[in-house]
Amino acid sequence: MFKKILIANRGEIALRVICACREMGIKTVAVWSEADEHSLHVRFADEDVCIGPPRSSESYLHVPAIISAAEITGADAIHPGYGFLSESAYLAEVCEACHIKFIGPSPSVIRLMGEKSRARRAMKKAGVSTLPGSDGPVETEEEAQAVAASLGYPVIIKASNGGGGRGMRIVRSGDELAQALRTAQREAQAAFGIGDVYLEKYLEAPRHIEVQILGDEHGNVVHLGERECSVQRRHQKLIEEAPSAVITPAQREALGKMVVDAAKAVGYASAGTFEFLMDAQNNLYFIEANTRLQVEHGVTELVTGIDIVKEQIRVAAGERLSFTQDEVKMSGHAIECRVNAENPQTFAPSPGRVPGGPGVRVDTFVHAEATVPPNYDSLIAKVMTHGRDRTEAIARMRRALEMTVIEGIHTSVPMHLRILADEDFQAARISTAFMERFLAPAVPSAGAGKAPAA
Amino acid sequence: MTLDEIKQILDLVREHELAEFELEQEGVKLRVRKKGQEPAVVVSPAHTLPLPLVAAPGVAAVAAPAAEAAPAAEVAESEGVELAVVKSPIVGTFYRASEPTAAPFVSVGDTVRKNQVLCLIEAMKLMNEITSEYDGEIVQVFVENGQPVQYGERLFAVRAR
Repeated sequence: MFKKILIANRGEIALRVICACREMGIKTVAVWSEADEHSLHVRFADEDVCIGPPRSSESYLHVPAIISAAEITGADAIHPGYGFLSESAYLAEVCEACHIKFIGPSPSVIRLMGEKSRARRAMKKAGVSTLPGSDGPVETEEEAQAVAASLGYPVIIKASNGGGGRGMRIVRSGDELAQALRTAQREAQAAFGIGDVYLEKYLEAPRHIEVQILGDEHGNVVHLGERECSVQRRHQKLIEEAPSAVITPAQREALGKMVVDAAKAVGYASAGTFEFLMDAQNNLYFIEANTRLQVEHGVTELVTGIDIVKEQIRVAAGERLSFTQDEVKMSGHAIECRVNAENPQTFAPSPGRVPGGPGVRVDTFVHAEATVPPNYDSLIAKVMTHGRDRTEAIARMRRALEMTVIEGIHTSVPMHLRILADEDFQAARISTAFMERFLAPAVPSAGAGKAPAA
Repeated sequence: MTLDEIKQILDLVREHELAEFELEQEGVKLRVRKKGQEPAVVVSPAHTLPLPLVAAPGVAAVAAPAAEAAPAAEVAESEGVELAVVKSPIVGTFYRASEPTAAPFVSVGDTVRKNQVLCLIEAMKLMNEITSEYDGEIVQVFVENGQPVQYGERLFAVRAR
């Protein structure tokens, strides 16, 4: 097992990894930018190294600084968390060269899954259903017109190397295509450094379903069931739950087996997530695989009782998975609300209150004197609740959020409370179009101030 | 904006006997106003953090919100003497000499010129030469040979001239 792990991340996920390491008796190294000097992950790590100025490209994204920090502290593994360098095949390769274990899949698997159009082809070959699409990058307008015509409108243009909703364009007719193609290529180039885009059939109001897997280096892969993350705003997930209210046990088993087979086919050995869209007829289509720990991994941990981060660390150290597929048992229902700072800027919240009580888990880096630097993403806490069923999990979440006190900034807590009170949400009539519908009538009260921008 | 640039601006303000001078660029706003015989300086970063200026006794710049009528620090450099601190621009291992048996690049009391190599920092098996930003005299070495250094850690104090 590793003796010391460097966590190449910040915020709540760095703390989450520190929790796992402490329970396993592994020493930790926190890295921090000058904006995070007083952050909790720095306080709770055994050692810490300042790696650069606030700008991410010169600190949390700066591979030489992170490798050097691992070298001067003698860390034998790097956990990348999510975001930042978590899906950097380059970091994984440099780690290999420096004899530091990268806690994630092999560089070739990261690279394959990182190129969305290549990943699609590989998954199709492995027997996973994918959305009809261009099966490769589309360069010219003529090419795009031909593909779009054969798919039928609407179509969606996506960045081959994209993620997080950037570089995506929905096109409803041939007239919009040329303009949308150019914009998407430009955005992809700016955001990901590679301007390649591809086309896919666009589903109007699909559900977002994803399957959590864990694989080891001995060829074992298991799935931990699905999560549903249909409540999204601008492609950013807001509420996630496990299991999905609409997946039947038979469908779960079939979907899980399909994903496990596909993961085995590409030699997947770490934690990962395969994302699908589900149409109105409950057909599932693969969209992408994330080769890292995900923000919402906690809801799966709540319903399965499996610590995904600890298992991820164990398999990275070459150990076998500590359980088999048959031993994975789901219990009850879990929900997560992502609490974001609504207009992120540096702030010092007055002493707040993080919720507790039965069935509640909060992953956060916020504490009484915490500041939220404007340099990084706006997630400040993940509030998760677990109940015997979905109704109880929702009731607990409403109670937990009502008992949450965060002062000094605007957060998404009021919006979450409104969503949780919504009839459609309570009846699990949700899709990725839910927030659009939900936000539409709620605009008029100008005095309320922070109505989320559409 | 570097300390050197601010110093140059101060010199120009003095030389041309300006009462007030304002400059805005790349998210940094610099305002120099004469107070009595000495100019006062307000540097306000548009971002939230103080500029990564070398913080040394007698340095004339203070970070303060632009809007406030800032009680700016006096310039205490009329005689042209102040301590500047060379900080590590990277994470790595600090070496004072080019090889274990060689003499250190610099020692306390040595006179150094701008761009002269002061030390090496090894990062990812590469030796990076760290040079002086100032002409002056080395008055302190903060780190032991062979010790790891973090980003922004103090390496040398230089009495600039």
